Amino acid sequence: MYDGGKIIAGLIIFLALVTFPFYNNIGKANAKPEPKTDTPEILKWEQEYGRKECIESKEFMRPNHMQMLNGWRDSVVRNGDRIYVNSTGKSFNMSLQNTCMHCHSNKKDFCDKCHNYMAVVPYCWDCHIAPKEKKT
Amino acid sequence: MSINRRQFLKIAGISTVFGLGGASVFNAISRGSLEAAQVLTDPQALKAKRWGMVIDMSKFETEEDIKRVKDICHKIHNVPDFGDDKMHEIKWIWPETFEHAFPGEHDEYFPEELKEQPFMVLCNHCAQPACVRVCPTKATFKRADGIVMMDMHRCIGCRFCMAACPFGARSFNWKDPRPYIKEEDLTFPTRTKGVVEKCTFCYERLAIGKAPACVEESKGGIIYGDLEDPKSEIREILRTKYTIRRKPGLGTQPSIYYVIDGKEKIGGKENV
Amino acid sequence: MFEKALTGSRSYWTWVFTLLAIIGAGVIAYLYQFKIGLGITGMSRDVSWGFYIGQFTFLVGIAASGVMLVLPYYLHHYKKFGRIVILGEFLAVAAVIMCVLFIFVDLGQPTRVMNVMLHPTPNSVMFWDMVVLLGYLTLNIIIGWTVLGCERKQTPPPGWVKPLIYLSIAWAPSIHTVTAFLYAGLPGRHFWLSAIMAARFLASAFASGPSLLIILALIIRKYTKFDPGKEAIQSLGKIVTYFMFTNVFFLGLEFFTAFYSNIPGHMHTFQYLYSGLEGHGKLVPLMWTSSILAVAALGLLIFPSLREKENVLAVAAASVFVSLWIDKGFGLVIGGFIPNMFEKVTEYWPTGPEMLISIGVWAIGLLVLTVLYKVAVSVKEEVEL
Repeated sequence: MYDGGKIIAGLIIFLALVTFPFYNNIGKANAKPEPKTDTPEILKWEQEYGRKECIESKEFMRPNHMQMLNGWRDSVVRNGDRIYVNSTGKSFNMSLQNTCMHCHSNKKDFCDKCHNYMAVVPYCWDCHIAPKEKKT
Repeated sequence: MSINRRQFLKIAGISTVFGLGGASVFNAISRGSLEAAQVLTDPQALKAKRWGMVIDMSKFETEEDIKRVKDICHKIHNVPDFGDDKMHEIKWIWPETFEHAFPGEHDEYFPEELKEQPFMVLCNHCAQPACVRVCPTKATFKRADGIVMMDMHRCIGCRFCMAACPFGARSFNWKDPRPYIKEEDLTFPTRTKGVVEKCTFCYERLAIGKAPACVEESKGGIIYGDLEDPKSEIREILRTKYTIRRKPGLGTQPSIYYVIDGKEKIGGKENV
Repeated sequence: MFEKALTGSRSYWTWVFTLLAIIGAGVIAYLYQFKIGLGITGMSRDVSWGFYIGQFTFLVGIAASGVMLVLPYYLHHYKKFGRIVILGEFLAVAAVIMCVLFIFVDLGQPTRVMNVMLHPTPNSVMFWDMVVLLGYLTLNIIIGWTVLGCERKQTPPPGWVKPLIYLSIAWAPSIHTVTAFLYAGLPGRHFWLSAIMAARFLASAFASGPSLLIILALIIRKYTKFDPGKEAIQSLGKIVTYFMFTNVFFLGLEFFTAFYSNIPGHMHTFQYLYSGLEGHGKLVPLMWTSSILAVAALGLLIFPSLREKENVLAVAAASVFVSLWIDKGFGLVIGGFIPNMFEKVTEYWPTGPEMLISIGVWAIGLLVLTVLYKVAVSVKEEVEL
């Protein structure tokens, strides 16, 4: 074939680049992320209400918290409405910093666990102050 | 039908562009938003048809009074302090002398006290804001209650609003502000580099029934209220005292009024 | 036709790789700006637009000036321009690409640039600027490439090109009018609040753009086998003359309104630019250079005996270009911010990284121009010989 040398060389380089993520991660154990929900505030809620619960269920939150937060953002900033009524009728103040992070005050053991695993870097924390890890 | 390599590549290329473009348009249109049943306004929230303020500098008797008002605003809103770096300064409320707050209206024959008197200046939350007119993304917009608001999530940092504002009320984050925030207020976000910010009338305090921080800290120097409520305290003041606004001839209709000659003598000194 | 840009002489490739190196340096400087923020530039709370927006403003004019070749040829059948219309159209493409890049590097949150399309805001002039610029870019790429392709195949262009060409003739002044509206509708800045802002923009565009085209035409004649034609270049020279005169006249009108009315707010910026204000005068030498170059250029252009000498015309065209580059790219934009809204003066000068990024953007534009011109000229060489 014409330019056979260049083509073969190009193919080898291409394969090397395309399979890089696979052989680069050989040996690195990537366990399933286990976000922890045993912060003092969540435990306090559990004591008061008998169970751990978030704004919505875990099954809803996992795929939808991004859209929900976007909806909160538009409602608070653009419409001026800050009270959210969840699917069981409970009311919450729509605030990432003051509501979500009030219970989930362990960002490194909660939010970051899944985000790091999925290589997702939400830019919320550029502005919204992440809770300082409490020293116990 | 036979098709040559060139036509194939053209068709593939155009389909890709339209496919990706179509997908992103579809995504943009079908954004998740909350249903009406899920959202309530806080019953505590203060309401108005047009928020405004009257500032009576005669009630600011010392420099400490002025500093306190500026500092509380900057503290609870995580406004950074760049020290001597005036180029990148961010300020939401601060004092200016008469000739700088009201350019073109000062006169050499005015009383010395008026010439030296500092005036608190801030965003005027205009009724016809030029900044809102020019924002290409509606990142700055006028709320129904008259507050000219900032959506930090949407701002692209084009700074057209800064060019448009006749009052120099807006500041830009030329770099990451966090290292320059003395003491973070954990209940309010900071901003990030690349967005414009300004006074937002303490909308977050009004939402829970509290007065703007500058008003509270001013001990009567700043009165706020609904300009369209004839029975409000602010309207009473505007009816009985002589007030001016900054650059009213430009037509932006500022909502911040300044009492001139609040006490018997201009400058806050009691009539002796 | 693109393959024509992939073969060339030694000097062609040297030029291309030099541009690529400059672009690389500009990209690195931009990554630095992306990381730290726009604080690495000379802009400040008071002068919130600077060199980037100044360059954008100047280049929109260059882009619009393509119409000065298209209009006489397609509307009035001025045959002399027939062979070089493509140069105007391709210059417009390169210029608009530079405009878009200068806006991009000026944004504080460039990753959010799509917000302008996702949240259309018809009351914002900047929204319309995006619309007209992208529309003009698309028009010129389609028209230029199609007509050139047909020229190569020696067939007449398809019928649908004609209405697009007429559209582009109307579109060209609109892009620069919209850009002028960015400035002319802002209530607080008296330096910009002038009814003739758009007229001034168009006059300076139609002087600076054809000036650049004259220089490019002379370069093309020198380095390739394609000769744009002495008469075409002379016609461009006449266009530059009339519009430069108009531009200087318009500037005089602004001076008159400011100083005869004696209104301080109207005079202050002119005082800052041409004689200094409150002890600040960083731009004064630059503005006087612009004015002297303008007058000198007019002196050379007004007399046909001088203008007809091509090397004199080249000098005059370069003077016009530099003079207007200073006036529009520097004086106009910076001047609107000085004095600030409190009648105080904060001066501005671009920083090193800022200039490196700007030079990188210019290099990208020149690369696009080089590639497109190489294709166009190669096609014409192939057809005419």
